[in-house]
Amino acid sequence: MIYDVVILGGGPAGLAAAVEAKNEGAENVLILERDRELGGILNQCIHNGFGLHTFNEELTGPEYAERYINQVIELGIPYFLNTMVLDMADQGDLKVIHVINEKEGYMAIQTKSVILTMGCRERPSGAIGIPGYRPSGVFTAGTVQRFVNMEGYMPGKEVVILGSGDIGLIMARRMTLEGAHVQAVCELMPYSNGLVRNIVQCLDDYDIPLKLSHTITFIHGKDRLEGVTVAKVDDHLKVIPGTEEFIPCDTLLLSVGLIPENEITRNAGVEMDSRTNGSVVGELRQTSMPGVFACGNVVHVHDLVDFVSEEAVLAGKGAAKYLKGQLDTNVTFTTLNGDGISYVVPQKVSLKNVEEKVTFYMRVRQVFKDKVVNAYIGETLIATKKEKKLLPAEMVNFKIAKDVLAQYPAGEIRFVIEEAKK
Amino acid sequence: MYDIAIIGAGIAGSYIARELSRYKLDVVLLDGENDVGNQITMANSAIVHAGFDAPSYKLKGKFNAVGNIMYEKVCADLDVPFKRCGSLVVAHDEYEMATVHELYKNGLINGVPGLKILFKEEVHAMEPNLNENICGALYAPTAGVVSPFELCVNVAENAVDNGVTLKLNHLVSDIKKTDDHFIITTNAGTIEAKFVINAAGVYADDIYELVGEPYFQLLARKGNYFIFDKEVGNLVNNVIFPCPSKKGKGILVAPTVHGNILIGPDAEPVEKGDISTTAERLDYIKKNALKNCPSIPFNKIIRSYAGLRNTPVADTFTTTDGDFIIEESPVKGFINVAGYESPGLTSIPAVAHYVVEEIVKPLIPDMKENKDYNPKIRPRVRFDELNEEEKIAIIKENPKYGKVICRCETITEGEIMDVIHRSVGARTVKSVKKRCRAGMGRCQGGFCSPRVVEILARELNCPLDEVMYDQQDSTYILSGKTKSAQSEVKS
Repeated sequence: MIYDVVILGGGPAGLAAAVEAKNEGAENVLILERDRELGGILNQCIHNGFGLHTFNEELTGPEYAERYINQVIELGIPYFLNTMVLDMADQGDLKVIHVINEKEGYMAIQTKSVILTMGCRERPSGAIGIPGYRPSGVFTAGTVQRFVNMEGYMPGKEVVILGSGDIGLIMARRMTLEGAHVQAVCELMPYSNGLVRNIVQCLDDYDIPLKLSHTITFIHGKDRLEGVTVAKVDDHLKVIPGTEEFIPCDTLLLSVGLIPENEITRNAGVEMDSRTNGSVVGELRQTSMPGVFACGNVVHVHDLVDFVSEEAVLAGKGAAKYLKGQLDTNVTFTTLNGDGISYVVPQKVSLKNVEEKVTFYMRVRQVFKDKVVNAYIGETLIATKKEKKLLPAEMVNFKIAKDVLAQYPAGEIRFVIEEAKK
Repeated sequence: MYDIAIIGAGIAGSYIARELSRYKLDVVLLDGENDVGNQITMANSAIVHAGFDAPSYKLKGKFNAVGNIMYEKVCADLDVPFKRCGSLVVAHDEYEMATVHELYKNGLINGVPGLKILFKEEVHAMEPNLNENICGALYAPTAGVVSPFELCVNVAENAVDNGVTLKLNHLVSDIKKTDDHFIITTNAGTIEAKFVINAAGVYADDIYELVGEPYFQLLARKGNYFIFDKEVGNLVNNVIFPCPSKKGKGILVAPTVHGNILIGPDAEPVEKGDISTTAERLDYIKKNALKNCPSIPFNKIIRSYAGLRNTPVADTFTTTDGDFIIEESPVKGFINVAGYESPGLTSIPAVAHYVVEEIVKPLIPDMKENKDYNPKIRPRVRFDELNEEEKIAIIKENPKYGKVICRCETITEGEIMDVIHRSVGARTVKSVKKRCRAGMGRCQGGFCSPRVVEILARELNCPLDEVMYDQQDSTYILSGKTKSAQSEVKS
């Protein structure tokens, strides 16, 4: 059998993309999921705060996932669980996905189109190379989240957290509620990498100190972790001698960033963007490989799951259009991150595929106050958005109407942070 | 009473145990650690040296090239990944070229095959990512890379399969010599043996002092390393050595047998047991590695670690001139295999043969051959390396091979269960990682470690919080159930 759309990953992006593709007319849709249930990382996110944008209510992770899982079931979309994708081969109009699982064994699944929704992974301790020993008791925050929320086990009692990413903040609260003592959250940068609401609700409410401009310079303990040396850093992120402080602890959680998981994408030869660590995508999340789409954290790391769902709808639409032969492949615009902006998604726009507007997602490089984000084509300012405060932790969503873009034949859309005109 | 007790189940002790298992002897292999090959064997450069460095009058020079040649067969018998990738000693100027010529001459004396001095163009054709200033190199095609910890585990397994008794978590605290045997006290009971082989790595001098007057002293010299993502595994094809100086071999850049890149090590005298990395040392390695390979992508580092060398101290106190100490000691029946630093890994097949045939045999002249000795172990399934038909077949035979646990290295549940149930089975998360690479990839166990803990608990029939990361009892991963889980149990 040849599928219309095969979706690699049954997390929030995969579920929403599957539903949209099916609703838009794709008949044979299949979801491949490596874990034992659908829902992806949402299953271990038992805190609430999901869905404010999508459903106008606060849901827990599993509740948010359930809304989409129910739609998948209602639409009769089949899925394989405990199934690992080994690779994806491009044979032109057909893609072949090699997968394995315990029940069906090794399979070569043929499909006309693919949506990549593998999500992201946590940056490991090795990648940041903290000097010292390599004892047990050093975890990424997401690993501990799984142990605590899904297995019902605690990793330790005295905790230090390095990095103020959202999972680290959420786990600071979770560990406190479970009776552990969280001594501090250390953040290398002079600002938090987590959402403001998480700083307030997860740290401030529990009197957990957030040490900005601090890092860990040494891991102590040959067997189990015995403590960490924490030090202040200067404006160039270099340790200030004399500020070192030993904090005894048995557990260190790392929340130092997320990286899109693109092994399959890279191996298949899809064009990548070193700014996002994801694939280069168009307005409907089409990649450089015809028939292959990508959405969610595998494209760029999102701040809120609601925007993952929003992006997944685009990819679902895109795949359905592609199947009908209606996807325009002429690129009208490319995008560029100018001053103050670290990346822009999508990187390409084919205007014919756009219905009303294009939403550009971007992240800023540092904290800005009372600035504007301006979009230029050449020297012409085509759109502007005022922002009271811009944080690297929060995505900027910049919408530009199709009518505005249609005034320009082609070109490069450049986004920059500039002073607000008084 | 055992015929022979070997103290230390690193690569030296384990290999000698296997070599002894060719004979009908009661051999016990002791180690204070919770796994074999857990110290020096676990953290080193993983290189099978060609053998041109050490002078031929030293044991190092005598055994290196011979041991190297034996690697193909050993690794085939023991199912250990090994690759003869070749090595280059690169020179930046005419002074260094002079050293290259000296090494070449010494290599010829040591019987190293295939050595060649390369011109600038040949070097850069072979290794496009090297510094343009490099003007020549010594090429040694027989140099290789191996997985030292897999070699050690499999050597130990083969020894056990051939009748050797392995006792882990037996830390030696005292040795008494009686008229005809030794009484070894450990934290887990006493062991009696007619002969003792001391292969205790960096602690070999301390072990010897339990029984004899010190005649050598070991210095722990620490080396820091970085491991890079497989994505950049084609940075170099050969092991790249700088020209050696009085300070040592210098910072090398090497492929690993599994397709990563490794850089290191520096050398710093430390207290025994100090395997902490330090910021200054890691920076030093980065700086020096760049001299030969200016495009090292430091954003692709996945791990940094440090290991120890056990270097004999060269002073009047020492009789060894920085060479291996492989001999029956002044204490009759007590054999030292000490100061066993680089090229110890490479030399071990030859050294083990020498120890058994030239040192043990004269002590036990009536040693009978073990007719059941089998040099091979049952090969491990490496799912990722199978072709399509083999993958289909193996999952049909055992569905657990259809479940990927470590996604970075594509390691299946079947492979993890196998390494747990083999005769030197994995008992900890680290020992699983050592044997089948689950957790060795770019996420460093972030994804798979909870799943490996689950599998270990299930297969060893213990609760999750009894699964250790490494050492027995002291390296717990989980401290107990959550409040919510406890209250669920109560209600």
